[in-house]
Amino acid sequence: MTKPGEIILQESDDSTVTLVLTGSWKLGGIGSSAEDVYQRLQSLPTPSKIKFDSSQLSEWDSGLLIFARRLRTVCQTKNDVFDSSGLPQGAQQLLALAAAVPEKKDARKIESKTPFLVVVGNDTVELFHSIGKMLEFIGEATLALLRLFHGQARFRRSDMLMTMESCGGQALPIVSLISFLVGLILAFVGAIQLQLFGAEIYVADLVGIAMVRLMAAIMTGIVMAGRTGGAFAAQLGTMQVNQEIDALRTMGISPMEFLVLPRMLALALMMPLLCLYANIMGVLGGMVVGVSLLDIGLIQYYNQTVAAVRLWDLGIGIFSGIVFGVIVSLSGCMRGMECGRSASAVGEAATSAVVTAVVGIILSTAVITIICNMLGI
Amino acid sequence: MIDRPPHITVQDFTMGYGDFVLMRDLNFTINHGDIFIIMGGSGCGKSTLMTILTGLKRPAGGKVFYDKTDFWGSGPEVRDRIIRRAGVMYQSGALWSSMTLAENVSLPLESYTALSAAEIKEVVDLKLELVGLAGFGEFYPSEISGGMQKRAGIARAMALDPEILFFDEPSAGLDPVSARRLDDMILELRDSMGTTMVIVTHELASIFAIGDNSVFLDVSQRTMTATGDPNKLLAESRDPTLHMFLTRGEKLT
Ligand SMILES: Nc1ncnc2c1ncn2[C@@H]1O[C@H](COP(=O)(O)OP(=O)(O)OP(=O)(O)O)[C@@H](O)[C@H]1O
Ligand SMILES: [Mg+2]
Repeated sequence: MTKPGEIILQESDDSTVTLVLTGSWKLGGIGSSAEDVYQRLQSLPTPSKIKFDSSQLSEWDSGLLIFARRLRTVCQTKNDVFDSSGLPQGAQQLLALAAAVPEKKDARKIESKTPFLVVVGNDTVELFHSIGKMLEFIGEATLALLRLFHGQARFRRSDMLMTMESCGGQALPIVSLISFLVGLILAFVGAIQLQLFGAEIYVADLVGIAMVRLMAAIMTGIVMAGRTGGAFAAQLGTMQVNQEIDALRTMGISPMEFLVLPRMLALALMMPLLCLYANIMGVLGGMVVGVSLLDIGLIQYYNQTVAAVRLWDLGIGIFSGIVFGVIVSLSGCMRGMECGRSASAVGEAATSAVVTAVVGIILSTAVITIICNMLGI
Repeated sequence: MIDRPPHITVQDFTMGYGDFVLMRDLNFTINHGDIFIIMGGSGCGKSTLMTILTGLKRPAGGKVFYDKTDFWGSGPEVRDRIIRRAGVMYQSGALWSSMTLAENVSLPLESYTALSAAEIKEVVDLKLELVGLAGFGEFYPSEISGGMQKRAGIARAMALDPEILFFDEPSAGLDPVSARRLDDMILELRDSMGTTMVIVTHELASIFAIGDNSVFLDVSQRTMTATGDPNKLLAESRDPTLHMFLTRGEKLT
């Protein structure tokens, strides 16, 4: 139909170059001749005058503007005279408009290459800063908690109840599944070893102690880190993006009390309950293996478990659960509060909340285990 | 009334992000009961100026006085006390998205007054009515339009009958009639309660109708180039940039 855009260079003796534009000058449909024109113009020896003839031009869009704009830049560097009067009327106006507001030079982002050692150094300093910030956040949360005990903290009960529902009841299915399977796997792996000695009955001890003392709390903690910690970070991050947290601050309402406290309390209350529930599911998982594969009687398995698990084990498990609840909620809230003001920052906040929470859970498990070891419990 | 000190004084003020200086050498005063307009091109730092005046961000240099108190020179308790007497409406509305409009407006009331639930409801209804949102109390911010969110933000800012109101582009996104109603409301509030208003706006009609003091921030010079009554500025200023701004781009003759 329409021919693609082509260009014919006409040089006259008074060093005037006329560019005759033909065909359709639309984005993507321009022939390769444009490149040649830049080349040829650049190779012309003396400053020259550049004119256009667009009488054979059938249609045009931004493609023509881009060509003309680039040509103008080339001309400026060579001190050529750029005469746009031969272009279509509309194109001339748009070109003039684009040149009307000069580029703001200092608005450009400064991007400089930093040497490797500087990057390492900066990151190290940044690490210490972030540890400082974390401690500050924990301190502020503690102060808010103290104000709560003095009856001065301001938050809405309904917020806390809603959070309790979403991080308690609604988490039951996934917690059931995970802890049931963990109990089952522990029993399987243990049974293979114990069968060698004909001591299958001790599968009940193995599953019971491991679940109650440690595994239930850790697995629940990690599930909650992914499920609730990430959600907290995303919620608070979005509030940061919408300036909702600024609005709280200027109202004189502390975001620490109003947003962090109810979430922390909700999770610290629900985690031990979830742990208890995970204990039962884990033991149930072990029992399924014990009864169906190892021919241990139901009552026998139950009695063996009850005899093996001490109250201390349960206490340590529940205590770990509370600690993990606080860790998950604090890391979620902290990452949410320090979130930047964009959608991608919210995503980063959620990711980093989960990572922080998982690292915190593992570290505190180590600490709790060492302390229990020293106390001999 | 006449010999009261200015409500807000800004002195040798510099603001920026990191090393990037946005505006420097700002000096202006806002009197009690002024309707003070902050004018300037897009991206010149008007919202940033508001965040500093409302205590969310530290200035890079200079001082802000509320009455006679050095705002950024005092501790956080003093700042909190001062800012509690102010109401802020953000450019983006910034309503608390997990609460209904009524709850948004009532939260400050519940926090700072000893009113009963029934009285709070009365106040909330009144404030929502004032901005033309009667009957929308049970809606969530996500269920109303952008212009309505702005108006709800205004209702929330007015909840505690503050001494100073900061509005960031209150009439952007409003239809002409609502914008006019908003102007009337601003004048009404000032006249009846003596509220000081600090308003960022581009609406020339509003600027000339309600503004009785203003500051103009010039992006190219990175400082303020004029302060005073906008009507006088239009009549007297010989500054081409300001003239262009106040006349929608007409050249100074
Ligand atoms: N968080 C930030 N970090 C770095 N620079 C910022 C940040 N926020 C804003 N800026 C810069 O500050 C400048 C002023 O922003 P501000 O939001 O105050 O402008 P404004 O005058 O309110 O504009 P508008 O009229 O469009 O609302 C912008 O040019 C922007 O580049
Ligand atoms: Mg702004």
